[in-house]
Amino acid sequence: MKVTKKDLDNVAVLSRLSIPEEQADKYMGQMDAFLTYVENLSGVDTEQVQPTTYALPMQNVFREDVVKPSLDREAALSNAPLKEDGYFKVPRVLEE
Amino acid sequence: MRLFEQPAHVLHDMLVKKEITSAELTQDVLARMDEVEGDVKAYLHVTKEAALVQAKAADEKIARGDAIAFLEGIPCAIKDNICTKGVPTTCASKILEHFVPPYDATVMTKLEKEHPVMLGKTNMDEFAMGGSTENSGFYPTHNPWDTDCVPGGSSGGSAAAVAAGTAIWALGSDTGGSIRQPASFCGVVGMKPTYGRVSRYGLVAYASSLDQIGPIARDVTDCAHILNVIAGHDEMDSTSADAAVPDFTKALKEDVKGLKIGLPKEYFVKGMDADVEKTVRAAIDKFKELGAEVVEISLPHTDYAISTYYLIAPAEAATNLERYDGISYGERVNGADVVELMTNTRSEKFGEEVKRRIMIGNYALSAGYYDAYYLKALKVRTLVQQDFTEAFEKVDVIMAPTAPTPAFRIGELVSDPLQMYLQDICTVPLNLAGLPGISVPCGFSSKGMPIGLQIIGKALDEETILRAAYTYEQTQDFHTKMASIGGKNA
Repeated sequence: MKVTKKDLDNVAVLSRLSIPEEQADKYMGQMDAFLTYVENLSGVDTEQVQPTTYALPMQNVFREDVVKPSLDREAALSNAPLKEDGYFKVPRVLEE
Repeated sequence: MRLFEQPAHVLHDMLVKKEITSAELTQDVLARMDEVEGDVKAYLHVTKEAALVQAKAADEKIARGDAIAFLEGIPCAIKDNICTKGVPTTCASKILEHFVPPYDATVMTKLEKEHPVMLGKTNMDEFAMGGSTENSGFYPTHNPWDTDCVPGGSSGGSAAAVAAGTAIWALGSDTGGSIRQPASFCGVVGMKPTYGRVSRYGLVAYASSLDQIGPIARDVTDCAHILNVIAGHDEMDSTSADAAVPDFTKALKEDVKGLKIGLPKEYFVKGMDADVEKTVRAAIDKFKELGAEVVEISLPHTDYAISTYYLIAPAEAATNLERYDGISYGERVNGADVVELMTNTRSEKFGEEVKRRIMIGNYALSAGYYDAYYLKALKVRTLVQQDFTEAFEKVDVIMAPTAPTPAFRIGELVSDPLQMYLQDICTVPLNLAGLPGISVPCGFSSKGMPIGLQIIGKALDEETILRAAYTYEQTQDFHTKMASIGGKNA
């Protein structure tokens, strides 16, 4: 197995996901099968190859920095699970 | 023949000639929905009342003698990952179950100028991750041609709606084949435009460097008309192509004489369904009869396209889906602190495939693995793109099957994600290279399931593939066939 329980735990934390203990083996097995499959890429010589992040040859896209109407506060907050006085509300982040 | 069986261009002419009203047309499609939607389940949300108001408005305009736009008064369906102001947009995910966008996607703003009749939002694989619509967080959609089979995906709801006659046309999105493969499975026409041709603003992001919105329709003519409306540069999407938009309907000409067609030998793979191979080769023979020149070509990095795609797309998805944190929108599951709140929300509300891809993406991006997986995939992406660049020095278009098999049965591949991924072999290379592709019906399997021919073009050359597809379409009537659903014939 390429994927250890430690790898799974680590990637779950990075992903902000909790994987129930009884499903850990299933996820590890599936990730392992996947990583074994993509091993075929290691056989491709990419020594002289530049990475492609976008298909179109685009670089910096600039525009004038002008003020335009944007979503008003009420609309922006309309889907918030919890809000108060025009703000998103979350549990306490800083310790007292 | 009932109205819901007709393509938009025929219905438009009937509206203009006052042979029908938009209200009659809309009622006919809604009646069809009453007949078959219970078997097909193409929709997540139906906007019946608003649709009838839109139809009435179109009829009043026609009665006044005003000119109407091409799509005006014609019922359509929109994939549920395209933001529609005031109308729920869930991406078929529990995490967005009650999300109502406060703004319209650019494609919706453009469409609204045409005043179509929107019937509702269509089902999909959650966040467009999948090729069968079985990954919907709500329920699977069924293939109108055999309701035990999948409609394909991720735009399975849009393709099934058009095939079932519960929409005249639809919008889908295509990240690795999600318009073309369901179009192939459902016997309709589906087109992925060049990356950047259509603005992604308001399309809920899956893999931003691959996602593209496009039309699903009864025929090639409708596709060209819809593309005319939705294409164009948009300053709200910095990746949209700043290129002139031609009138795509001008490409609808019967002319493939001297057209150079490349057949990539790597796309006619071992394990391809025999009916698919036979049907697609017969379609290509038709092009030869019409005067096209067919040559075998090689796209040598095809074998690596699946690996490349399934590293890049999850890596981008892992990043894009960080926004579902239970704070600014979407569902929230409480926790003792912010991190627990986020973790609880995501763990409870994301489906399995979404979790799997987020974890694979974060794994490929994480320290120690980034170079070996993500960066490597980006480099191989360059080689996949170069294959096409070299091929297009010799040929005008490339043809291949859209999918290696006809629609498979619901549940057949769901327990084996890797087998499901291999279904995408003929479609993902285009997304990696940013190229346009269209799937047109080219026949049926021995079991009566539709098969699609894929025509691939150069970047920003949708016109040539539309011309080829249109020319082929005039030679046969596969696209006019309607599925009989649960004994309810069209």
